This record gives sequence, structure tokens and C-alpha cells, in this order.
Amino acid sequence: MPFILRRLGFYVVAAWVALTVNFFLPRWVPGNAVEAIMSKFPSLQPAAYHALEAMLGVGNGGSIWHQYGSYLVDVLHLNFGISSSEYPAHVSTLLAQTIPWTLVLVGTATVIAFFLGTLLGILAGWRHGGWLERLLPGLMFLQAIPYFFLALLLLYLLAVNVHIFPMGQGYAGGLIPGWNWSFISSAFFHSLLPAFTIVITSVAGWMLQMRNVMITTIGEDYVLAAQAKGLRNRRVIFSYAARNALLPQLQGFGLALGFVVSGAIVMEIVFSYPGIGLLLLNSVTSDDYPLTQAIFLVITFAVLIANLIVDLVIVAVDPRVRTREAA
Amino acid sequence: MATAPPLPINVELPALEETPPRQLGRWRRLPLKAKAGVVLLGFFVLVAIIGPLVAPYDPGFQNPSPALSMAAPSAAHLLGTTQSGQDVLSQLLSGIRLTLELALLVGVIAGALSVIVGVASAFLGGVWDELLSLLTNVFLVIPALPLLIVLLGYLPHTGQTATILVLALLGWPWGARVIRAQTLSIRNRDFIAASRESGERGWRIIAFEIVPNEVSLIAANFVNTVLYAIGASVALAFIGVTNLSSWSLGTMLYWAQSQQALQFGAWWWFVPPGLAVALMGTSLVLLNTGIDELGNPRLRDANQRARINGRRLLPTDPTPVLSATLPAGRQSPVMAFMRSFSRSAYVSDRAQRLSAPKPSEGQR
Repeated sequence: MPFILRRLGFYVVAAWVALTVNFFLPRWVPGNAVEAIMSKFPSLQPAAYHALEAMLGVGNGGSIWHQYGSYLVDVLHLNFGISSSEYPAHVSTLLAQTIPWTLVLVGTATVIAFFLGTLLGILAGWRHGGWLERLLPGLMFLQAIPYFFLALLLLYLLAVNVHIFPMGQGYAGGLIPGWNWSFISSAFFHSLLPAFTIVITSVAGWMLQMRNVMITTIGEDYVLAAQAKGLRNRRVIFSYAARNALLPQLQGFGLALGFVVSGAIVMEIVFSYPGIGLLLLNSVTSDDYPLTQAIFLVITFAVLIANLIVDLVIVAVDPRVRTREAA
Repeated sequence: MATAPPLPINVELPALEETPPRQLGRWRRLPLKAKAGVVLLGFFVLVAIIGPLVAPYDPGFQNPSPALSMAAPSAAHLLGTTQSGQDVLSQLLSGIRLTLELALLVGVIAGALSVIVGVASAFLGGVWDELLSLLTNVFLVIPALPLLIVLLGYLPHTGQTATILVLALLGWPWGARVIRAQTLSIRNRDFIAASRESGERGWRIIAFEIVPNEVSLIAANFVNTVLYAIGASVALAFIGVTNLSSWSLGTMLYWAQSQQALQFGAWWWFVPPGLAVALMGTSLVLLNTGIDELGNPRLRDANQRARINGRRLLPTDPTPVLSATLPAGRQSPVMAFMRSFSRSAYVSDRAQRLSAPKPSEGQR
């Protein structure tokens, strides 16, 4: 299918660009990982420089193109090197520890927000001028609130003033992560406030977009025709109007799903949630180049893969994409 | 053949009503949301301009008096003080200026970039189009916030300039895509062909024919970019990846968070900057929705239109006929009384009696 092939080609190019940027960026900017460590520990002898280089796998000789080649090979083998801030740990182990936290929390929250917002948008668009639309200015305010500020407010109200929710972290201190009830319930309880924050701040965006498309779709003749056939309202709304209005929404959902891995960086920092966002900030502030690079790559690839999946879904649900390519 | 009455000659024409100035009429026709957005944004621009001049204290001045460490709002410090005795109101005033300044600059640079790339891509076509579209799409899918954090983390803290440039560098692709699509549809119209035939140069066609036709799109894109810049810059400052010695709304939040304003219950420290960001953002969202509604009448508030005779019509309902349209269901009693003398009331009452709607509908 040419459409999919073209998209695949695009994603390959995008992935290559991300890899290349990721490779050259730390080499362009002044300073490098080894110097960062050297300056952090003044007691190190200059002779330690090469030892550090070897340890971190940077500057392993050869021209820059040679390094570039071996970097690509390393990435293909998921070998991201060793973290310098948490020294003996491999970058891939650190990633494996943090990604599930982010994925579960932000993923669930994004999906909930998408479905809730889309449903509200469908209703608001159908009942154009109805009571749901009166809420729009308030929702716009919610959308414009920086979500970390809402997080701060909620923490202040519900964790500091009234001790209902914990101040942050992924689970209560003293628990050991595992598949037992006390850990899972604690993790669930700790995730409520962050998830609520994400849902509240992003639901308005989905709703607004869906409403706008829905209003435009309702003006189409086929909706009128369906109505004229005497179909039930529910059927007209969901099978005729909403189904077509959903297509642009799906594109946005792809982007949002990709940003699941990255989008809540700041939220994780507010709640000290043990996800990938907190890890990224820690690695940036401690000049841990291998870790930073790996996290950025993972986030970018998550976005690319999510977009690819959405492209496949769109090909499946929108016959126009297929026929346009065939013609 | 009926003879027409003779035309009156030398009759004084009634004085023409003076037409209101054009500008005022345009303002009145703006959707309510756009008006609210303009007023709110204007307020913040005003604060940004005169705020630092009327600020009661130097935002960085640390009052060593222990009584003023995280003091609650008082007459001397209207919004209280920070942990080191700085005046929150003064910080807020200069923070609004800095944040707005940065966001507007980013909006201008990124907006210009997206116009250049979008128009060039659509106008040049061919290989250039493929290349520039590819570039746009790549920038679009690469996640901006992590890249911003990584870039600004790598760069030494050079202050505002680095932040502005990096934000602008990552903020243009969405606008470029929209503008490219619009240019594609414009470039095939007749007036472009005409100016091409008359030998206009390419850049002249772009500057005088194409771009003026996209002003509303460019404006909406600018508003969006400013919104993005406010959000991203405040988020970046909040996590400390910026020049922390300046006073922006983001750095205020950063210091409040890192010095535990939350735990000490110093709400006056973190609520004002957050609220300022939220309101600024709201004004821009309102403005954007207003621009949208101006361009797409379907989106406009349907409160008057859709509620007919107290009954809300679905957009897909058949066109309401006489009985449904004429009587106004919701009116003040005075207006209803006045109206009962008019001819339309008579017509509608008669029509209503003829078609005899359900009793419940007329009552509402």
C-alpha cells in the first residue's frame, strides 16, 4: 500500500534525523561527559581522563564518522552505555525501571482524557448552543492552566492542608516493589492525583477540537440524509457524524500517545514520580550524557511508533485514504 | 395601463443617519470570546509595560528581617513575601513583563519562520516542496519539550537569548504546515495566474498577493505560537533549565517549589504567578477561538439562533415553519406586553392557533 510505504519511509527518515541529532548534539556543545566528571571530582588525576573515556565509551578513537557508525550499531543493539551519574548502572536498566511507571500512569490518564473529551465534544457539538457549551470558557481556563501549576495547587489543597493524598513519590516509603496487594494499592493511591491532573488539563483540548469538527460535520448533507431517513438520533450522532468527525481527532491522539512517554515530564517532577521525566531532569542536571541521549531517543521513538500505529488505524477506518492512493 | 403617481420633485431628503466609524463597527461585530480575549490580553500587556515602573520594591531585594520571611499578604507587601523576604508583587510584575516579552519574541521569530517555510514550500513546489515538507514533518514529530530540556541542558546558561532561539527553532513546524496548505490552495487561483502572466516577479507575488491573503491564518498561528512559548518557557523555568537569576513567572514558581512554599503553606508565593500564566493563556485561547469563529460562522455561539420559541432545535431539524418561529418564548413581561400590540404578534398567534402545537411547548 503506497500510503503506508510513504509513511514508513518518512518515519525511517525521522528516526535517522533523531539519531543523528542525538549523536552530534553533545559533540557540538562545549564540554563533554568526561570533563563534567573531572570537574565534579577535582581529586582525579589527569591520567584518569582516558580511563573515564573508556569507561563511558566516548571518544573511543577513530574519526567522527567511525564513532557515528559504531554509535548506530550500539543503538541497534539497545546498548546505550553506562550512566555516569549512577555509575555502575547500565542506561538500559535505568530505563527499564522508570518507563513502566510513566507508561501506566500517563498512558491511562491520556486514554481516559481522550475518550472523555471526545464524548463531551460530540455532545457539545451536537447540541450546539446547549449547556455544555456554556462550560467552554471555564474549560478554556483549565486548558490554559499549566498542568504543573494545577498539580501544585492540588498538592497544596489535598496533601498539605487536608492530608488525603500523599505528597508525591510512586509508592509509600518502605514498600518493596512487587506484585503484592499492599504495593499495588499504594502505587494506585499515589497515582490518583497525578492522573487527575493530566485528565483535567487535557480533557478541554480534546473536547474543543471534537466540538469544532463535529459542528462542521453536522452541516454535511449525509447527516441530513440520515436524519431524513428517520434514523434514531443516537445512530446519526455516532455512526454518521461522530465517525467522520473522529478522523482528525485520531491524528491528534497519535501525537498525544507518543507524548505519553515525554509529555508529563514536569508533572513527574512536581510529584517526584519515579518515571522517565524525573530521570531525564536528573540526567540533564548531572550532565549524564549517555543517559540523556538514551532517554531522548526512547521518547522520540515512542512518538514515531505511536504515529505509525495511528496511520495504520486511519488507513483501516478511512476508506478515502486508500482510494485516494489507488486513484 | 395604470399611471404611476408623479414623482415628487424638490422634496427634501431626510438627513442621512451618520454611519458609525468603521473601526467601531468591526469591534462590535467581534465574537464575545474574542472581545474578552483582547481585553484580558490588553490588561496583561499594560501590566507588562507599566508594571515594573510601579513595582513597590526591587524584585531581587532580600529583606533580612526575619519577620518578613514568607510573610502573609499585608499592607506593606500586598502579595506577601518569599522565604528570603522578597516582595512577591514586585516579582510578579517584572515576571509578567519578562514572560510576555519572551513569548512575543518567540512568536515573532517562529511565526516568520513558519511563513517563510510554508509559503516557500507551496510556492516553489517540486523538490523544494518535498524537502521542506519533510523537514516540517520531522520537526513536528520530534518531541519538543524533551529536546528543549536536552538542548538547554547542554548549552551553558546564557540566559534569555538561548531560550528564545531554541523555543523559536522548535515552534514553527505546525504553522508552516497550515500555511503551506493554505498557500497551495491560493496559488492556483486566477489572480495569482494573472499577476504571473503580467510578469510579476516571484517574491512580489508572494509578498503582495499571497501573504496578504493569509493574514488571518498568520495571526491565528502567531497567537498559538505565543501560547506555546508561554507554556514551554514557564515549564522549562519551573524545572530550573533556564537562567535562574532573572525574574520570570517560571522562575518564581521554581523558587517557590524548591524552597518548599507548598509545605509551609505559603500560597501567596506560588498562586499569583501560576494564576497569571493561566489567565494569560486563557486570553490567548479566547482570542484564538474568537478568530476561528470569525472565519467559520458555524462555530459561533448559537444561543440566539438555536433557541426558537424556547425550544432548542437540533442543527439537523427541518427548517422551522411559521408556528415555531414567530412567538418569542423568552421575553421580559414588559417586552411581551409591548409586542402584543404589533402586527407580528397577531400573525403568530393566529398561526399558532392554526397549527395548534403541544400545549407544553408554548408555555416554556
